[in-house]
Amino acid sequence: MREISVETVKRTVARLCVEANCHLPEDVRARLRDFREQETWPVARNVLDQILENERIADSQEAPICQDTGMACVFVEVGQEVHFAGGSLADAINEGVRWGYGEGYLRKSVVGDPLERKNTGDNTPAMIYYDLAPGDVCRITVAPKGFGSENMSQIKMLRPSDGVEGVKDFVLQVVEDAGPNPCPPIVVGVGIGGTFDKAALLAKQALLRPLDQPNDQPFYAALEQELLEKINQKGIGPQGFGGRTTALAVNICTMPTHIAGLPCAVNINCHVTRHKSAEL
Amino acid sequence: MEYRLTTPLTREALAPLKKGDLVYLSGVIYTARDAAHKRLVALAKEGKELPFPIENATIYYVGPTPAKPGQVIGSAGPTTSYRMDAYSPTLIALGETGMIGKGRRSQEVIDAMKAHGAVYFGAIGGAGALLAKCIKKAEIVAYEDLGAEAVRRLEVEDMPLVVVIDSLGGNLYETGRADYLEETV
Repeated sequence: MREISVETVKRTVARLCVEANCHLPEDVRARLRDFREQETWPVARNVLDQILENERIADSQEAPICQDTGMACVFVEVGQEVHFAGGSLADAINEGVRWGYGEGYLRKSVVGDPLERKNTGDNTPAMIYYDLAPGDVCRITVAPKGFGSENMSQIKMLRPSDGVEGVKDFVLQVVEDAGPNPCPPIVVGVGIGGTFDKAALLAKQALLRPLDQPNDQPFYAALEQELLEKINQKGIGPQGFGGRTTALAVNICTMPTHIAGLPCAVNINCHVTRHKSAEL
Repeated sequence: MEYRLTTPLTREALAPLKKGDLVYLSGVIYTARDAAHKRLVALAKEGKELPFPIENATIYYVGPTPAKPGQVIGSAGPTTSYRMDAYSPTLIALGETGMIGKGRRSQEVIDAMKAHGAVYFGAIGGAGALLAKCIKKAEIVAYEDLGAEAVRRLEVEDMPLVVVIDSLGGNLYETGRADYLEETV
């Protein structure tokens, strides 16, 4: 049994909130640069230049890349041999979010009740996802999720007979529906299988995978590539002003499902696809 | 075309703008998101005065991050505009001539823009740190309780914008894509 203090968890979450919001992951940055080089449409090149310039300013000045510093999605992979000492793990995570968003001058974008809509003032509660794993390590990932892109996400319970073509049609339709709204170039997270809720979670987890790391199954890696090419033939372009660069990547995650179903969820992320991890 | 414009934006100043034009905007603009729009329109429906002069006003759909010590404002890029669609026709009828945001607008908003000569500008979504550099002064003028969503009076200098929908209803989201596809496919 290994002991981890909840105080350490709190400090780590606070730091990850700030770092994730100010420093774009290198894989996303590299994709933006590559697509900028390959983009032929002048308007699109200009937009991508501004996006890259924005990212440089944010990185050098520790400023939020985007003013929507998101809901704090916190993924916690807990080793079975870990014991958290000194209090509640969930409280520590929320305390870390409160601290990080406060001291880090990040925007508080959470309302306490979805219909009453009163801001909680500290960006809590975090959206926490727990997973148990073998070992004695605790791995924490903070992925601030902006809602301009979250609002453009969709889920559909496809029929098994819809097959891979049904999945492709649905993903392309979601991107089409989203159009200029989610701040393209986007990253497309696709969850296939599981149940209604698991498919959505898979789509969100897909957004955490580095953009240069394809699905480890060749069939799905090829599907990711095919969908990316099809999306970038749509012409929506950066900000929807026209151009090739509509999406930077398509990441697919799958899991087993029921004989009667083919759940498919598409979670859209903007070009500010942020996440930062730490191991305790 | 490229224009340098200063607020207040009159219909005459906006008339030559065409979708796709670049505009560097200077002067005073006001911020409002959904929650503030809801209150502004409620005031208007009661026939009450709005907390800022709406005639020829430009509203920027933004909820900035808090300013760090010594900063005018935190990151301040546009939010998605369709959430304001329910309210914009009322404000346009009252005199609002400029809107800054990102993403599609409803036909009702476009009709109101055409009827009153208003223009919808796009700022680069997700470029909040870059856009903050154009903001020289910021003060809350209403609804402080809304936090990031409060109405702020901003003084901007050469804020880079793109005309997305012009006063005749020309729409860059439709033509930009079509032009690209025609040219490259």
